[in-house]
Amino acid sequence: MNRADRMTPAERIGTTLGHSEPDRVPFLLPTILQGARELGLSIREYFSRADHVVEGQLRLRERYGHDALFGFMYASEELEPWGGETLFRDDGPPNAGAPVIRTPEDIAGLEPPDIDSSPALRRVLTVIERLRERVGDEVPIMGVAIAPFSLPVMQMGFEAYLDLMHERPDLLDHLLGVNEAFCVAWCNAQLDAGATAISYTDPVSSPTIVPPELARRHAFPVTQRVLGALRGPAAMGLASGRCLAIVDDVAGVGAVGVSASCQEDLAEVKAACRGRLTVMGPLNAIEMRRWTPEQAEEQVRAAIAAAGPGGGFVLTDNHGEIPWQVPDEVLDAVAAAVQRWGRYPLDWIEA
Amino acid sequence: MTGHDTATRARRRLRTALLGVDRLAARDVLHENGRTSFESIDQLIVPTLEGIGLGWEEGSVSLSQVYMASRIAEELVEELLPADAVADRAAPRVGITALEDYHLLGLRIVYAALRASGVAVINYGRATVEEAVENSRRDGLRVLLVSVLMLPAALRIRDLMDALAREEAPPTVIAGGAPFRFDAQLRDEVGVDLVGDSATDAVALVRQALGGAP
Repeated sequence: MNRADRMTPAERIGTTLGHSEPDRVPFLLPTILQGARELGLSIREYFSRADHVVEGQLRLRERYGHDALFGFMYASEELEPWGGETLFRDDGPPNAGAPVIRTPEDIAGLEPPDIDSSPALRRVLTVIERLRERVGDEVPIMGVAIAPFSLPVMQMGFEAYLDLMHERPDLLDHLLGVNEAFCVAWCNAQLDAGATAISYTDPVSSPTIVPPELARRHAFPVTQRVLGALRGPAAMGLASGRCLAIVDDVAGVGAVGVSASCQEDLAEVKAACRGRLTVMGPLNAIEMRRWTPEQAEEQVRAAIAAAGPGGGFVLTDNHGEIPWQVPDEVLDAVAAAVQRWGRYPLDWIEA
Repeated sequence: MTGHDTATRARRRLRTALLGVDRLAARDVLHENGRTSFESIDQLIVPTLEGIGLGWEEGSVSLSQVYMASRIAEELVEELLPADAVADRAAPRVGITALEDYHLLGLRIVYAALRASGVAVINYGRATVEEAVENSRRDGLRVLLVSVLMLPAALRIRDLMDALAREEAPPTVIAGGAPFRFDAQLRDEVGVDLVGDSATDAVALVRQALGGAP
């Protein structure tokens, strides 16, 4: 803990989620991959054992002092229980292999897989359990789940999914129903293992990907049922997609927060969310690769000035994962800038 | 009503039909007013797709709408033109590939937009750097479009450019995809010739690279 901190990370995030000002702006660095570098392992080796990820997560938090840990490893861990494959690479996040739904007709016979039958998902639960043992209640642990409306991108491929969405709404609703059951079970398993909250990842619901009216027809009713069935809170991550046009919808389904895209006006997003949703974002992690320490500080300062006052803001990247190529020194500069500019009250903004 | 007004109204109706995924309405617009097939493509489809692409860049049109509009437009062009007409019209060789990236939606959208604009294009699907160079050499490409979603794939374009520079007649390389929309300096970093922000942007850039043809 930084000597100037007067709250634990859990208290800090809890306060900002309550739309009050904590001791400083909370920040999350989703350094999902970087633990491999810390441990001198390949990305594949790193994710092969829960102990690696636990150690990596703790070392990274020790270094940067961010306000949460992540049980998450890679998105296709949620495809594996359906029979899917994960393709590893040395310089980035693993990708999903071939779709498990090869024709729309496959959907009719689809059943939600058992969480316990998946080694990848069991490994994530072990990571969460062990992190909880190590940090107690002081540090929030984020679970991650792909939303029922977004999982089909991996299950059947993006193109085939968009075709289904527009041409076979009957099968779409069946698929979403199966995914809904899986998503509720997966989220609650993570919460039961010790996750504090769920990052409910639903980029396809973003107006960047589908028109809001389509998301309202098919996605948000499912999301409302999923979030209503969870044994803990959930924030909605749109993976750098825009959120402004659906802020009312996200608030309406019971999410506690929403991610803001770096391609939107952060002050405008904050105004739309004020008192209803905590805004998470908006650092551009693609561009972050080339930031100087001065640029990193300026980006953090500008974001805090736009969205920090009044709480209801968590500084983080806008996608949900810091790329492997971002230098550690840039993350050091982001962390230092939060300590410098993120102390409440934010009197310097008026100045 | 002037011819200009008629075309403007037709484009507006075509845009509404494409964004609403209404194939029949889109087909009706194209078959009205006695336009030739090539006039329908040049005066209606291409500018309408350009407008939809602009909407995507500005954030008022979603990716799914761009995809469905491009796909329907591609189907309509296939109906309008004889099977070999597109190829005949575009003798210069244009290829498209997803460089070491498993995400093919962007490639599919650009491919459809090119076809809908009457540009013949060879779809290589996913390729490594070595395969992309070999494809270019074998088919004598003048333009190679490279679609990427993941940052590591975007960075590999640097290797592709270096390898192509050693070729006798390297194609003009046009890149596009999320990393380029989030980092304006990535283009210079990987040394690509041109970058497109949308599928219709890609169509214009292909024409630019081919010196106005096809």
